[in-house]
This record gives sequence, structure tokens and C-alpha cells, in this order.
Amino acid sequence: MERGRRRIQIFSLLLANSYWLFPWKDRIFQGWTKRICFPGLNCYSCPAAAFSCPLGGLQNAIAGIRPAFAVHQLHFGAYVLGTIGIFGSLMGRIPCGWFCPFGYLQEWLYRIPVRKFSLPRIFRWGPYLFLLFFVVLLPLFVVDVVGFGSAWFCKFVCPAGTLEAGLPLLAMEPGLRRLAGMLFFSKLAVLFAILAGCVVTNRFFCRTICPLGALFGLFNRVSLLRLRFDSDRCVQCSACRRICPVDISFFDGTDSINSGACIRCMRCYTICPAGAVSIDLYDVRDHTVQEEKGGS
Amino acid sequence: MRKRPLSWALLVVSSLLAAFGVWAGEASALWQKAVSVCLSCIGIG
Repeated sequence: MERGRRRIQIFSLLLANSYWLFPWKDRIFQGWTKRICFPGLNCYSCPAAAFSCPLGGLQNAIAGIRPAFAVHQLHFGAYVLGTIGIFGSLMGRIPCGWFCPFGYLQEWLYRIPVRKFSLPRIFRWGPYLFLLFFVVLLPLFVVDVVGFGSAWFCKFVCPAGTLEAGLPLLAMEPGLRRLAGMLFFSKLAVLFAILAGCVVTNRFFCRTICPLGALFGLFNRVSLLRLRFDSDRCVQCSACRRICPVDISFFDGTDSINSGACIRCMRCYTICPAGAVSIDLYDVRDHTVQEEKGGS
Repeated sequence: MRKRPLSWALLVVSSLLAAFGVWAGEASALWQKAVSVCLSCIGIG
């Protein structure tokens, strides 16, 4: 299963960034697929991006609520929220573990052989705080004279925007390079701090900052696809705890197996020697899943 | 449909929200944002 996940991550990375004509064009991709939100963090200003970023779309919708309502446009982010809700209600945070290009990058960075550190549990609140303040409250309430807010997360934090769009666009466009000032260099510092965090802590950005992961995580307990833990089968070997990239510990009852922090990489399902972890897809019976696992 | 009514309800509500957003022109507004360089995203604006 892990090999399949890697292949899907590579495919998603290439699909999200499938516009390779950009070196010969003077504009970023403008096709119809940019009406579609990609289920992962992938900046839509990346020269190769073929889809939209749901987080950028949501912030811009919230930031523009007042002006939109003023001209009787019912724009409040329903399209982006609905898209996130469709993925979330079907599969919870599977987009984080299987589709997200920035998540894939983090897994590669963590392979760099240096001393590793675990994170205190309190950091699990980070993504929810970033979601509440940087994606909802600040864009909604800090507005200019005509009522437009800013995309605060994109503007001050988003490492995907700096890495995938800022650096390549500034490298290609001398005009943009001249505009780079303190804001750009502060975002660059944030990017390097996050990348350094990802080298020493597995999925550092997902676990401490990512508001998109927090949104998907809200669905983990109620999605159609869930994980199931059978404590009667568990032999307390803690293999699931050791292999979990986000340090979830369900075998001893500390966390729920469907915790909002789980990115659903399914490593625990693959590694469990006792078959205590199963995939529960609404009416698929447990033994069917176990048979499939044994047969694959 | 006999199990997990909350999951199915969320899926239906999300689909309706997305469909409403398309009807209200949000997909086109998203496209307009996504086809021009976002200065906030790249750390300039």
C-alpha cells in the first residue's frame, strides 16, 4: 500500500502542476481547470499549476464578502467550502496523506539523515488557530476603506506560495524582482523555518500550521471512509505508534484512530501484525477488509 | 445509505453548497483570481 501511496503522491504532484509550457509563455496557466480546487496545498500562482488552491480561494472569498454583498453577489466561499466538504465527507484527511504536493515534499525532507524531534501535543491546536485567525477572522474583519480584506495566510505565511510561485516567478520576471521587499524576505524566512522544521520533525507543517489540513481533519470522525481499531486483536506492540508520521497513539487509548490529526497515510493499517486496524467504508464488513489485506 | 447518515448528509450538503457556489458565479470568480499572478501569494502585495 505504501508503494501505491507514493505513486499517487507523484501523480498528484504532476497533475496539480501539469502546465509545462510556462517557460515559453509570458502568463501563468489560464485554462478552465483553474475553476477546480485541487485537494491539497498547491499555489495557483505557481507557473505550472493547472488547478486552484482551495485555501487561497477560500481566503479571497471571505476577504471579498462585504464588497460582493454590497453589489448583491452571494459570494461567501460556498463553492470552495462545498468542494472541501465533498472530499472531507468522503474520505476525511486522505488528501493530506495521498494527494497534497506539499505533504509529499515534507516526507522527502524528513528523509534527510539528521537528529529528529517529536512535537508536544499542544502543537495540534496550531492548524485550527491558523484556520480561525489567518483564514477566517483577519480576512473578514481587517478590511480597507471599500471593505476588501486580505488573504492573510497567503500573504504572511504560506510556504507553498513562496516556494512554488514566489521563487520561480521572481527568477523568471525581472520586473517582479524589483518589487521584492521586506514582505518577500520575511515570507522567505518563514519558508526556510518551516522547511527546517520538516527536516527534523515529520510532517511539521501539517501538524503545526496547515489550515487546509485542519479543515479536512474536521471530517475525519464523520467521513464515509474511516479507520477501525479492534482492541481485542491488538497485541500492544506499538508498531502503529512508531510508524505514524503524526505521532498518533491509538493502541493505548491516548488518541482516537480517527483523530483530526491523522493524515490517513494508512501506514498503521499496513504494519499492524495482528490485523487490529481495518479500513471501514460504510458497509464493508471488517473480515472482507482483512481478507483483501491478506491477499494484497 | 443505511449506515452513516451524518456522512451522507454532509456529502449532500457539501454538494449543494458547491452547486450553489457555481450557480452564484463563485467558480468564475475563483478562476479570475487563479489566472493572474497573486501578489500576496508570492510575497509582494
